[in-house]
Amino acid sequence: MASRFKEALDSGKFVVTSEIGPPKGTNLEKMLHHIDLLKDKVDGLNVTDHQSSAMRFPSIGGCLAIKEKDGEPILQMTCRDRNRLALEAELLLAYTRGIRNVLCLTGDAVVVGDHKEAKGVFDLDSTQLLWTIRQMELGKDIGGNDLDGGVEFCAGAIVTPEQRPIEPQLMKFEKKVEQGAEFFQTQAIYDLDNLSKFMDYARRFPVKILAGIVLLSSARMAKYMNENVPGIFVPQDLIDELSKAPKGEAVNKGIEIAGRTIAILKKESLCDGVHIMAIGREEVVPQILEVAGLSAETMTH
Amino acid sequence: MKSITRKKPLEELERELSGLDRIFIVGCGTCATMTKTGGREEVLDMKDHLQGQQDKVVTGWVVIPTACDDMTEAVLKENGKAIQAAECILVMACALGVHRAVEYYPQKPVIPALDTLFIGVEDSPGSFSEVCGQCGQCVLGETAGICPIVSCHKGLLNGPCGGTKDGKCEVDPDKDCAWTLIYERLKGQGRLDLMRKFHPPKNYQVVPRPKGIKIA
Repeated sequence: MASRFKEALDSGKFVVTSEIGPPKGTNLEKMLHHIDLLKDKVDGLNVTDHQSSAMRFPSIGGCLAIKEKDGEPILQMTCRDRNRLALEAELLLAYTRGIRNVLCLTGDAVVVGDHKEAKGVFDLDSTQLLWTIRQMELGKDIGGNDLDGGVEFCAGAIVTPEQRPIEPQLMKFEKKVEQGAEFFQTQAIYDLDNLSKFMDYARRFPVKILAGIVLLSSARMAKYMNENVPGIFVPQDLIDELSKAPKGEAVNKGIEIAGRTIAILKKESLCDGVHIMAIGREEVVPQILEVAGLSAETMTH
Repeated sequence: MKSITRKKPLEELERELSGLDRIFIVGCGTCATMTKTGGREEVLDMKDHLQGQQDKVVTGWVVIPTACDDMTEAVLKENGKAIQAAECILVMACALGVHRAVEYYPQKPVIPALDTLFIGVEDSPGSFSEVCGQCGQCVLGETAGICPIVSCHKGLLNGPCGGTKDGKCEVDPDKDCAWTLIYERLKGQGRLDLMRKFHPPKNYQVVPRPKGIKIA
């Protein structure tokens, strides 16, 4: 049976996903609140996997919490912390607990995180994790042994349309498609001309593309991302717009920019949907959806 | 190919030498001389340091031409008396040299004075880089001679990760992204198709540890 998220992708509707960041610790209150707030407003909720290599409550734990609340989880899996046995085992666990969507990521380097002396695993990479899922769906683990009870997932990956040089990134995108990626969430996109150019290319492949929307909370954050975050380009006119916002109003301007961007993407059918990353400000995602004119729409279930 | 070493912090060395007051020092005339970590000059500096600040007795010293090869046995034999008089051997060579000394003096503590960092080459005077991780499955023929196992921080086989920025690595803007280099070189060779090839998961047990091989 196809997952609710997969059904949404296949329905042709403008798909909306967002994400939840698990806590550092066992106090799940805030995470559960964010799940309650968003689960009925989106088609799928990613749960990040030790985002930026900072140790946190696990992605699968967050996905189980979403399932318990009858939401639709998208399990983010990086290859940084687990070898192939551990990744396969987690896929088995996920499947038995009704988690049907997986986002396959290589993962940030250990040294950018908060356990800088840890061993980075990277036994597999993102393309090989996709391959692994498709192998397991054939009834075998990747050691070639029979599985007693198989799996079936809607598997996706990420792509960075602003990466320079772009060609190696596109070659990797095609490898991910060949290894069975059904959907892609992009790195944050602000320049819609660049996204259009990428989409002209990506439309040739049988995959759904959800444009990444990262909430800009200030001009400073925008400049910081331009200088430090790979594959992100915030155009100067957006930075100016944020700078001109009255004191304390920059976040609201960011919400307006994000909502406005989503509305344009949908109206002009530039892509198949969006993935909204509020990074610690999940509270405002409903407002972004409202500005985008998507608040009236509900999940497909 | 050179074994690239770095001097251990003096505090660590002091700790390892605690209770060992008579010391014989071994340097190496090859890699450790080139990296200025265990050549004649460094061995003499160490001797002065041990006898001065640390109040030790240096019973003798030698710089072996190549500490990892068979000649080591003969050189150590020549210095047998001074070594016998010492409570330990302090080796200012890479771990291969340490192993040689351990082999000939299994009863005597052998203390490494250096940390062995990697097997590499000298790119320009004083600048060294790792070029081979001895993984047992060489892919250099498909990656334009740039090893993704050691030159990519994550050892990726299927192209760049999302952390690359303007041809640099996410862990350090001074480091090149290996996959951008591979891309540019393959493009220059007209062999970009190689980069489109999917590499299934790598065999990390080509020769399981402890590694060893017998030549028939």
